[in-house]
Amino acid sequence: MSVVVFTRSTPDTAAKVEADASGGVSWGDAATVVNPWDEYALEEGILQAKAGAGKAVVVAIGGEMHSEALKHSLAMGLDEAARVEDAGIDPTDSLAYATAAAAVVKKIADVDLVLFGKESVDVGSDQHIVQTARKLGWTMLSYVSKIVAVDYAAKTIKVERMLEEGRQVVTSRLPVVISVMKDINEPRYPSFIGIRKASKAVIPLWSLGDLGIAAPPPRTKVARYKNLPARDTRFELIEGTPEEQAKVLVDRLIEEKVL
Amino acid sequence: MSAVIAWVEAFNGKAIPATWEALAAARMLADKFAVPVVALIIGEGGEALAAEAGQFGADEVLLCADSSLNNYRLEAYAGVLTALVQSHHPRAVVAAATSRGRELLAASAADTDSPMLGDVLSLSVGDGWISADRAGYAGKVLSETQVVGGETQFVTVRSRAFKALDPKAGAAPQVSSLAPALSEDQIVSKVESFETEAGTVNLTDAAVIVSGGRGMANNPKDAPADAGDAAVWKARDGFANVLQPLADTLGAAVGASRAAVDAGYIPYAHQVGQTGKVVAPDLYIAAGISGAIQHQAGMRTSKIIVAINKDKEAPIFKMARYGLVGDLYQIIPALTAEVKKRLGK
Ligand SMILES: Cc1cc2nc3c(=O)[nH]c(=O)nc-3n(C[C@H](O)[C@H](O)[C@H](O)COP(=O)(O)OP(=O)(O)OC[C@H]3O[C@@H](n4cnc5c(N)ncnc54)[C@H](O)[C@@H]3O)c2cc1C
Ligand SMILES: Nc1ncnc2c1ncn2[C@@H]1O[C@H](COP(=O)(O)O)[C@@H](O)[C@H]1O
Repeated sequence: MSVVVFTRSTPDTAAKVEADASGGVSWGDAATVVNPWDEYALEEGILQAKAGAGKAVVVAIGGEMHSEALKHSLAMGLDEAARVEDAGIDPTDSLAYATAAAAVVKKIADVDLVLFGKESVDVGSDQHIVQTARKLGWTMLSYVSKIVAVDYAAKTIKVERMLEEGRQVVTSRLPVVISVMKDINEPRYPSFIGIRKASKAVIPLWSLGDLGIAAPPPRTKVARYKNLPARDTRFELIEGTPEEQAKVLVDRLIEEKVL
Repeated sequence: MSAVIAWVEAFNGKAIPATWEALAAARMLADKFAVPVVALIIGEGGEALAAEAGQFGADEVLLCADSSLNNYRLEAYAGVLTALVQSHHPRAVVAAATSRGRELLAASAADTDSPMLGDVLSLSVGDGWISADRAGYAGKVLSETQVVGGETQFVTVRSRAFKALDPKAGAAPQVSSLAPALSEDQIVSKVESFETEAGTVNLTDAAVIVSGGRGMANNPKDAPADAGDAAVWKARDGFANVLQPLADTLGAAVGASRAAVDAGYIPYAHQVGQTGKVVAPDLYIAAGISGAIQHQAGMRTSKIIVAINKDKEAPIFKMARYGLVGDLYQIIPALTAEVKKRLGK
């Protein structure tokens, strides 16, 4: 069996990200990191491949910058990596992404589990995850905070999902696509040996032709990135004893009509 | 049917607040397209919801009830929505960007090869195509995203980004019913149990949020000898007995920084920030939170930010409208007492 984990590189979480005059986006010379939510998916990929006595494959869809995330994943201990890049796929178009992702899973073959982090911070979306499941015709289990039980021989799985109102326990049949929440596990750090091995790895690059599919029809595009509207920079420091501070603050909040 | 469909999301038979905000967005699109708004209600209790949907702006209602649809499940609900889109070709489908709304619309958009703009902050229409501002790069920039092809346009709207319409009394939308798409034995996933967290206010819907950070551990109360980790005990005691009473007085939800969550002071469901929830309340009170960029990512669009921190150099003061330098364990109880007194509670 195989487990496939999708990931990508995003600017370091502390980076200052800005839109430029031409509508592009940049983060200066800040480093890129694995999309923060994906670390949990990568860790779970390693654990589940071991549990199923199979291999864990990590895949990124997009340009060369995403090789960084793949190298980090190999250094953590995933078994294989691949990257998909093709002028016919705009990775910000969720349907194009999902079409390519589903084709990758079919190419890898014998896959029981596809894992994603909860969302991608760059596109600010999780819809490509659900759409990958639908393109595969598999069950989608989103917001999973715990894999309670999985039987790779009997092809059954039981998970706990975290929803707005509480926790839901769901059973399903494999194969499934899962998006994982932060509290599912404690991601490991890459080992020295892992980093050495990953630095020498040659990562295959696949085109749509290699996946055996035609370019999906474009559905959405990012027209431009824009900076946030300027924040109200007024600031009032409220001083005095705690009781005096409380009194002035409540005055202000009533004036602002938020109480 | 040339229409805009609005999915009415309910939990245990009651509409969630964000669903009427989504209906207002659907109304705006429908007016631009000069078509009616059709509210889609899947599951039990639809008749009462149908009347409510009419008050909040729906022209017509489609009800789909079946024992397989009593509790939300993606496969079952997406089956209904996809079949409806395939047979009726609506101009747009709109829902709130909740856990359920996001996955339901994404699934049907994929099934029908349709465009989807998810979690939008604003909407506009030009030449019949929808365009939206969305948050990108953890809310550090906006991405203006456009539909460029397809037939039905799917949209989910972020909580509190659109205002629900004022309810119109006496609106009586025409109600028709719709057959389910799948039978129970075609649905692979089964819900075994659902454990609701009692008494919690949903962070993304909340108008007021009171959040605590690592500073919650500096509780002057002494931890009992058998408490295990004293800092954890103190912080939990502070969340329960100092922050929660303020939240209760304000009708607020309780949030937290990741440092507080990671240290075990409060469950992850309360985390605000880049790897937690993104919130936009009218009032956000941050107590004992330094204001790291990853925390800001989750709360920067709050209308009024109040910072309570003993370090006057803490970065949270750069975002705040009002700053109170001092010990949160003195300021919060004073604030709770003052609010009670002033609001007569
Ligand atoms: C990939 C990644 C993702 C992250 N995601 C998130 C996220 O989603 N949300 C998030 O919050 N963080 C996130 N972080 C962590 C973030 O960088 C900070 O570490 C975290 O926000 C700090 O939490 P804090 O402000 O509670 O703690 P600290 O930075 O330790 O601040 C504690 C503050 O409390 C004050 N204080 C102490 N005692 C008192 C007292 N008695 N009265 C008043 N003030 C007091 C101190 O002056 C200090 O300013 C993320 C980090 C990374 C790398
Ligand atoms: N709102 C809900 N959403 C999803 N599942 C639920 C919900 N309420 C109850 N359940 C589960 O659905 C099944 C039927 O629940 P009941 O209505 O209590 O008989 C049980 O397994 C419940 O735990």
